[in-house]
Amino acid sequence: MTALPTRKLEAFRYADIAALASVWSELAQPERILVSAQQRLQRIWLPNDEEVQVRRVEMTLAANASAHIFALNNASRYGRIELDVSLHDGADFALDAANVGAGNSTLEIVTIVRHLGVASTSRQTVRSVLGGTATGSYMGKVAVARDAQQTDSVQSVKAMLLDRGATANAKPELEIYADDVKCAHGATVGELDKEQLFYAAARGLDPASARALLLDGFVGGLWERIEGDDLGIANLARSALRAVA
Amino acid sequence: MLRIENLHATVAGKPILNGLTLSIPAGEVHALMGPNGAGKSTLAYVLGGRPSYEVTDGSATFDGQDLLALEPHERAAAGLFLGFQYPVEIPGVSYLQFLRESLNSQRRARGEAELSGAEFIRLAKAQAATLGMDADMLKRPVNVGFSGGERKRAEMVQMGIMNPRLAVLDETDSGLDIDALRSVGAGINSIMRAPAKAVLLITHYQRLLDYVAPDRVHVLTEGRITRSGGPELAHQLEREGYVEAAA
Repeated sequence: MTALPTRKLEAFRYADIAALASVWSELAQPERILVSAQQRLQRIWLPNDEEVQVRRVEMTLAANASAHIFALNNASRYGRIELDVSLHDGADFALDAANVGAGNSTLEIVTIVRHLGVASTSRQTVRSVLGGTATGSYMGKVAVARDAQQTDSVQSVKAMLLDRGATANAKPELEIYADDVKCAHGATVGELDKEQLFYAAARGLDPASARALLLDGFVGGLWERIEGDDLGIANLARSALRAVA
Repeated sequence: MLRIENLHATVAGKPILNGLTLSIPAGEVHALMGPNGAGKSTLAYVLGGRPSYEVTDGSATFDGQDLLALEPHERAAAGLFLGFQYPVEIPGVSYLQFLRESLNSQRRARGEAELSGAEFIRLAKAQAATLGMDADMLKRPVNVGFSGGERKRAEMVQMGIMNPRLAVLDETDSGLDIDALRSVGAGINSIMRAPAKAVLLITHYQRLLDYVAPDRVHVLTEGRITRSGGPELAHQLEREGYVEAAA
């Protein structure tokens, strides 16, 4: 079995290794998902009640396949979502994910998106809401191979810190060997807007409800692209936000 | 209904209100006019309870209740509506969601039953129609992409939905074209002209007062009321300017 990673490895730099050790034997081998040519896949990854939740997935998208992942990462102690995605000609990958953490939790989303074929596209949107002394991280590498011309990739990473002790890490990383590509990335870390809070209070919203509503506005857009009317993740995210607000 | 006595307030340590005294009985609309920097908006924010606006002396009561002791959301639940000069954008939150949650938060605080989604939408549509606003705009995020005039109209729709007893309207007329001014004025009259309600209308100009006839007009200069009179005072100010009229 593969040895437990250490924090010397870049991908585990912010990890809670002790928590990881408790589940490592079950997940040293990542789950493998193959999306065949022309096929479309949508997955919604809901959290469970475990205090440590780690998900490691290797995904391959064949030509013109598409995959859209929605994920809520809010384990009470340690939550990690690790994705290694390979995209062939014309494949399209999207990730919409939220870290919602309170207490002393460590939450991370670590992705590698490999653009291997021509004209593949990827979009990753991550929103973190962190209270207490929680740490939320996104480390996302986009690797564009030499022949992967017309790659189009976007990473948008935003974090909201609710308390002084909370930490957000954002590390978009680009490794590009082709010359005709578009790779955009943006990262922000902020706090709830005082003007918005006062406006909501002036309309009668109590402080906790006002914070929850603003946080819902910050995160809620992630779930708008879900196909079908599966609102489970939106409702779970809303109650998780209410709990940290 | 609103009684302000000897109110002193500072913003970031700087004195802005310097002994302001003003009373508005139920059933009346009072206009507050004055030059830039006189403290008009500060008064509105102090009455609304905005953080960092510090009251250093004096009192403000609303139907005998100490307004300044209440949190901002408690003031709203008590029946105060603050109309913003610059209504705030809230991306990702629809007007319908924002107003329904706000109204229900107020109703909970007053021990009243919450409105269902259907009841609320009926109320919101009716109020939007009164103000001549397309109800579909309420599906959009709060004030995002709204023009200045649309924001002010939306403020009045909010006031109609909240149905307050006391409205403090901070330059609700700024940035409005003639048609919007007329419908905002009509909205203030239809929502707030009632024996048990009162309005403090903060404005720079006479023109809103052509649509909402004030019972009293006050001039605010350097943080205190320097002159009060009937509606004719607004016309005099418009003719002569603040400096001459205050003299």
